[in-house]
Amino acid sequence: MPPSIRGSALKNSSVLEAPLAGLRPARATWRLASIGPLLQPKFLIGGVIVLVLLVAGALAPWIAPYDPNAQNLAMVLKPPEWFLGSHALGTDAVGRDILSRLFYGARVSLVIAVMVVLISGVVGVGLGALSGYCAGAVDFAIQKFVEVVWAFPPLLLAIAIMAFLGQGLDNLILALVMQRWISYCRVARGQALSLRNREFVEAARALGASDMRIIVRHIMPNLLQSAVVIGTFAMASAIISEAALSFLGLGVPPEIPTWGSMLADGRTYISTSWWLALFPGLCIFFTVLGINLLGDGLRDLLDPRLKRSRTGIG
Amino acid sequence: MIGYLLRRLIGTIPVIVLISLLVFLLIHATPGDPADLLLSDQASPSDIAEARHQWGLDQPIYVQYARFLINVLEGDFGTSFRYSDPVITLIGERLPATIELAFVSLLIAVAFGVPLGVWAGAKPNSWADNFGSFFGFFGISMPSFWFGIMLILVIAGYLNWLPSSGRSTYGIPGGSESGFYIAESLLSGNFQAAWDGIRHIIMPAIALGTNMMGIIMRVTRSAVLEVMHEDYVRTARAKGIDESAVLWRHVLRNALVPVITVGGLELGTLLSGSIIVETVFAWPGSGSLLISAIQSRDYPLITGTVVIYTLAFVAINFMIDILYAAVDPRIRFEK
Repeated sequence: MPPSIRGSALKNSSVLEAPLAGLRPARATWRLASIGPLLQPKFLIGGVIVLVLLVAGALAPWIAPYDPNAQNLAMVLKPPEWFLGSHALGTDAVGRDILSRLFYGARVSLVIAVMVVLISGVVGVGLGALSGYCAGAVDFAIQKFVEVVWAFPPLLLAIAIMAFLGQGLDNLILALVMQRWISYCRVARGQALSLRNREFVEAARALGASDMRIIVRHIMPNLLQSAVVIGTFAMASAIISEAALSFLGLGVPPEIPTWGSMLADGRTYISTSWWLALFPGLCIFFTVLGINLLGDGLRDLLDPRLKRSRTGIG
Repeated sequence: MIGYLLRRLIGTIPVIVLISLLVFLLIHATPGDPADLLLSDQASPSDIAEARHQWGLDQPIYVQYARFLINVLEGDFGTSFRYSDPVITLIGERLPATIELAFVSLLIAVAFGVPLGVWAGAKPNSWADNFGSFFGFFGISMPSFWFGIMLILVIAGYLNWLPSSGRSTYGIPGGSESGFYIAESLLSGNFQAAWDGIRHIIMPAIALGTNMMGIIMRVTRSAVLEVMHEDYVRTARAKGIDESAVLWRHVLRNALVPVITVGGLELGTLLSGSIIVETVFAWPGSGSLLISAIQSRDYPLITGTVVIYTLAFVAINFMIDILYAAVDPRIRFEK
């Protein structure tokens, strides 16, 4: 194992050996998992929050009362009217409806987060499986790259990428993926290392399967459960990071409503119009909370072995 | 131990070289010519041509990289467009503010996270556990920048208890030599200035430390849960030792090792979190310097800050690995 800059202590400690032990083919565990944990409060609460968010984002064009970018200078900085008036959560400095912008913001946050999680997952699990299965020079090269990216403080690399490459959806996704594939890769590599000598892999090899086929058909399906768990936590952190970058003015272009940019606008008017900053922040907080609760429940359900690794928080 | 230290130190060198390569490639991936970026908008075409030659931009790319690497190693990041001062001086002036903020945030995170975690872990599934876990989830899900804005709104705005921005009301009389306001005021016996500094740092430190508090709480809880079933804990109980002594003397001491590790790993999150919290509270640290550099497209300053933050992070992790090896001998004997 090459020396690592960040966290070699944790990686080398015996507490993290657990994820490598007792692997069994993916499908069997899915079937064996009881539905008991599904009824846990954290799983239920997290699930409901995520579901509401998904619905709000998906149906935004139909349920939003106004166009999110429609300005109405006769109605600027109107305080929330709740269910009594036309602007339930008030309006911003150019008279745009906050509630409508929140719905559309949910859509943007979700689409970005899902894309980031999927791309990071494919890249991370793919490279991790390759690294663990091939070992040798391939493993060394991939792990050196992991180490270098890991050496950047989280968010700083994203900020640097956005600062140098400029604003835009593709750069934002690249910036967010850049550090998120690492956690998939580290766990996938560890598991692939132990899987490569298992009987079913040797059997496939004896039958003449190519390395690529073994990685894709035999190794990767076994890494899926951990990837799902890591994915939920990565999604929560992607939503926070996207909001942070938008808050700093480094996210998607300003004409697209996002919770982070709404929060940045709200900060300017914090002394007079509290609702501008309160609602987008609450949305970010509850979304991340919901995903974290769901992730925690999922981890207990699918992969208790991940419990102490850095991928799950705690 | 010395062998381990050397091995780790040598392992760090290629990583630092590769970090500089990544930053170098990022600068070169910037749309447009680096000379356009590194010169102000007023530069004439002949200025640009001269600068290209002077900075070696007409040289092959590997020569340019070697030059960049040597400059980084010498601490030479060029001159800031905006401030016309050497980048390294600007960052040096702002760094103490960031370190002070990060230190107080860490203190808050540990002071609340560890007891909450022990309390929750000692009685799993009790109301104490639920209460602690609630705080854990609250901490890890809270966006620090929004929490900061809400603290400003409620505590500074409505209640008017604490100042909303900056590091001090009037500054330290005679100036601060080291840049560490609170520590320096305390050491010089100027308690009024120290109290003023503390009042300014409380809100940003809470906003920054809450996330880490959540993480530390959750790690402590699971570490305590694990240690509670160890034989030596049963032995301690069997000897008739008071339950609180068992918890604090036997359980916590053993549970702290993973807590220190995770705490160390999360220092990076604290560092990058400080960038955004400093912006919210107008805290005059190196993080807010980076954001203002990005806003004014001050590329030498951006490059310098990114490299220094990353090197600081590498150094912190290196020290934590050493500390960890000192605490747990099993690590330094591994290959």
